Amino acid sequence: MSAPPPVSASPRSPGVIDSFKRFFAERRGTQLAATPGWSLAISLVLAIVVLPIAAVLYIAATPASNDWPHLLQSVLPHALQQTLLLAAGTGLLTLVIGTGTAWLVTMYRFPGRALLDRLLVLPLAIPTYIVAYCYAELLDYAGPVQSALRATFGWTSPRDYWFPGIRSLGGGILVMSAVLYPYVYLAARASFIQQSVCALEVARTLGRSPLGTFRAVALPLSRPALVAGVALVLMESLSDLGAVQHLGIETLSAAIYSTWLQRSNLGGAAQIATVMLGLIVVLLAVERFARGGAKVHHTTGRYRAIPFQDIDGWRGYVAALCCSLPFIAGFVVPFALLLRFALGHAGVAIEGGYLRATWNSFFLATLAAAATVTLALLISYGPRVARNTISRLGARIAGFGYALPGTVLAIGVLIPLAALDNSIDALARSLFGVSTGLIISGSVVALVYAYVIRFLAVAVGGIEAGLERISPNLDAAARTLGESAGSALWRIHLPLLVPALGAAALLVFVDALKELPATLLLRPFNFETLATHVYAFAALEQIESGALGALTIVLTGLVPLIVLHHAIASGRAGGSGS
Amino acid sequence: MFLLRPRLRAACRALSFPILALAALTTAGAGARAEEVVNVYSYREPGLIDPILKAFTEKTGIKVNVVFSRDGLIERVTAEGKNSPADVILVNESGLLFKAKDAGVTQPFQSKVIDEALEPKFRDPEHHWFAITQRARVVYASKDRVKQDSITYEELADPKWKGKICIRSGQHTYNIALIASIIAHDGEEKAEAWLTGLRDNLARKPAGGDREGVRDVQAGLCDLAVGNTYYMAAMLKNPEQKAWADAVKILFPNAADRGTHVNVSGAALAAHAPNKDNAIKLFEFFLSQQAQEIYAENSGEYPVIAGASASALVKSWGDLKADQLSTADLAKLRKKASELVDKVRFDAGPNS
Repeated sequence: MSAPPPVSASPRSPGVIDSFKRFFAERRGTQLAATPGWSLAISLVLAIVVLPIAAVLYIAATPASNDWPHLLQSVLPHALQQTLLLAAGTGLLTLVIGTGTAWLVTMYRFPGRALLDRLLVLPLAIPTYIVAYCYAELLDYAGPVQSALRATFGWTSPRDYWFPGIRSLGGGILVMSAVLYPYVYLAARASFIQQSVCALEVARTLGRSPLGTFRAVALPLSRPALVAGVALVLMESLSDLGAVQHLGIETLSAAIYSTWLQRSNLGGAAQIATVMLGLIVVLLAVERFARGGAKVHHTTGRYRAIPFQDIDGWRGYVAALCCSLPFIAGFVVPFALLLRFALGHAGVAIEGGYLRATWNSFFLATLAAAATVTLALLISYGPRVARNTISRLGARIAGFGYALPGTVLAIGVLIPLAALDNSIDALARSLFGVSTGLIISGSVVALVYAYVIRFLAVAVGGIEAGLERISPNLDAAARTLGESAGSALWRIHLPLLVPALGAAALLVFVDALKELPATLLLRPFNFETLATHVYAFAALEQIESGALGALTIVLTGLVPLIVLHHAIASGRAGGSGS
Repeated sequence: MFLLRPRLRAACRALSFPILALAALTTAGAGARAEEVVNVYSYREPGLIDPILKAFTEKTGIKVNVVFSRDGLIERVTAEGKNSPADVILVNESGLLFKAKDAGVTQPFQSKVIDEALEPKFRDPEHHWFAITQRARVVYASKDRVKQDSITYEELADPKWKGKICIRSGQHTYNIALIASIIAHDGEEKAEAWLTGLRDNLARKPAGGDREGVRDVQAGLCDLAVGNTYYMAAMLKNPEQKAWADAVKILFPNAADRGTHVNVSGAALAAHAPNKDNAIKLFEFFLSQQAQEIYAENSGEYPVIAGASASALVKSWGDLKADQLSTADLAKLRKKASELVDKVRFDAGPNS
């Protein structure tokens, strides 16, 4: 331990100081000295990441008027309740679906298992608002399902029968869960697959039932992974606007928009967004507290092939059905509907600049994935070389971008970028009498920046999990042998992290492909991506014409998802994975 | 900057070279210097304005660059400040014209053509913005189930329509403007009672778009749907939606008294417009007979200039007697309207 004892240690409270020392000693393990260069680089990265969030907080601090009496009286109680119910419902349902299917697929053999394993990730490729649209289209009063029921039973008006409304809180939870459960599935699958069979077998030998083993051993071991997956789901359900608006659910996101757009109070809107961030912080803190700081480590390095248990006969088919339903709900149904629309309207779409948009989307998503993973790696690696509050706090704040509604975040991105552009311009004018105009704002760089901030949480989660599995002893060994922090990262961590980095990059790629609100606002002139291309039709209430674009988003996302799945499924035997 | 030491200045110079190069590169991307352009930040859907912008480029050779976004463009111009490339802020709704002017991102301009073409109610007294088209917010009524041929907005709160009305979210900008007009005419207290009555008459939760209201009338979920006029034209053009449109007739509310609520789309000149002359050329083109008729034919909206007439289709729906309430008065009451929607929990739908 190189840190000298604090000089100010008061003799009256040695207990407190001691416990602090112990706390840090435990947390530090082998402490490694950080070079000032590293601290500087990490601070810089964090500044880049924190700036847009800080801009949103700044807007919140300077509202146009005080809307709180109105918000408290007429909006927040209800919106808060709806938001919490939506988040809790979606979180719980995705936890059950994601964990359940991952456990079945990992531990058992039943008909269609190998195929379902791949198919279960696919809903991630479809934007949530499009799935919401598809289900509203199908299940509304005028939709095919209810029309068929009316025709069959001779009902003629809504008063003749009852049908659960899709435009409701329950409908929202179902739709969101159908799209978002793969986040939990991926996390759970990666975690289950890396557990040593020995631990599970010990439990079985000591008399636990299969279900008991799952509850007593597998679940606690996977808890951090499951929490990370569910946290992504919660943040996405909080920040979503497209789906909740289409389904008529009055969440905080909706309140943010009416405060901003109809009551012209961007500051008030940012304040609600801040409340939302507060919710996330509380949620994560509660989870940490509940875990009591416990960390799980795998104590054995012995891995061998998982002995699949066969589920025979009808039970096998039930298992297959259980694993098929989420895939059908989250992928097959919306995909089929899009396909039907696309076949009828392909001509309009191709006229509407579809090919150019496809290229733009692909290009942007690739840049975004590369940039996000690079920054996420530095942020996750930061606490390893520079153990200070800033680097640890930074990693937490880095995730906030995912919980903010896209347009609010976009404005947060816009303000610092435009300020930077304008100062460069002022400098150039004073030095050369030349105006540079806006260089970054309104360029592709601004878009990539927004994607990085938005999807950092997705990448950081996976990379942190990957890094945690690399023993700090390796760092120590490398440094003892004279490697610098940077070259240790390059020569030791990076090769070990390849699967985790790849998985993070693919997830960000798919998310960036789907991103709409920030793209819409920050893009350059005459610039379309697949998402904005689809939206141009949706805004005219002609989403059928955009179906080909929507389908392309899905198909482009499929390839990385299948690669991602492969990385996870082969991530066994002490290897990494997401 | 003059305080910088020579060596530091030299360093700055060296450093800023790549930045300048990058700047040159990005401007080159937007088109060569010689090319005439006008830059438009548009809240209007590209599908609706493309034909007119194309006609403008054909006529003048001026290239039109567009960014379309539903929200946030005024905030974008604000942040970009004096270096903003925006020349024109194009909006789909009058409230945004006031919002842009209040935000200080517009500037006054003089155009004889515009002053002569438009009645004063269609332009800003301080010459920051003007209207391009107008549309009415009407009631689509089932041909089969609704016998009456006239209606008032006030009547929509009458319990006789219980469970029979479909409408989109109360917080949608079109409904906010309508509710603001009710507050202006009937007072806040009556407007609140009206909004509550309308909420209780709804057949379903307010959600979706205006067309879905008409679809639901055709399907039998409701008898009346509130929507903008131009959606009728759009539905008739769409093979899958024609049946919806055929099932309804348009009722112009309050035709017998104050007139039907109208809203305008319009344009404002950006405060730091780099291509001001081209922007004004575009403005004048928007108000030309040619453009007004493209709008009328393509999007089924009402022209704002005296010379142009609505399309034959639009005329076939009946005469529009427009509510004379000024857009300024409407804009002032938007906030109140939005608060009322929250207060009566309009978006929670009936039985709340």
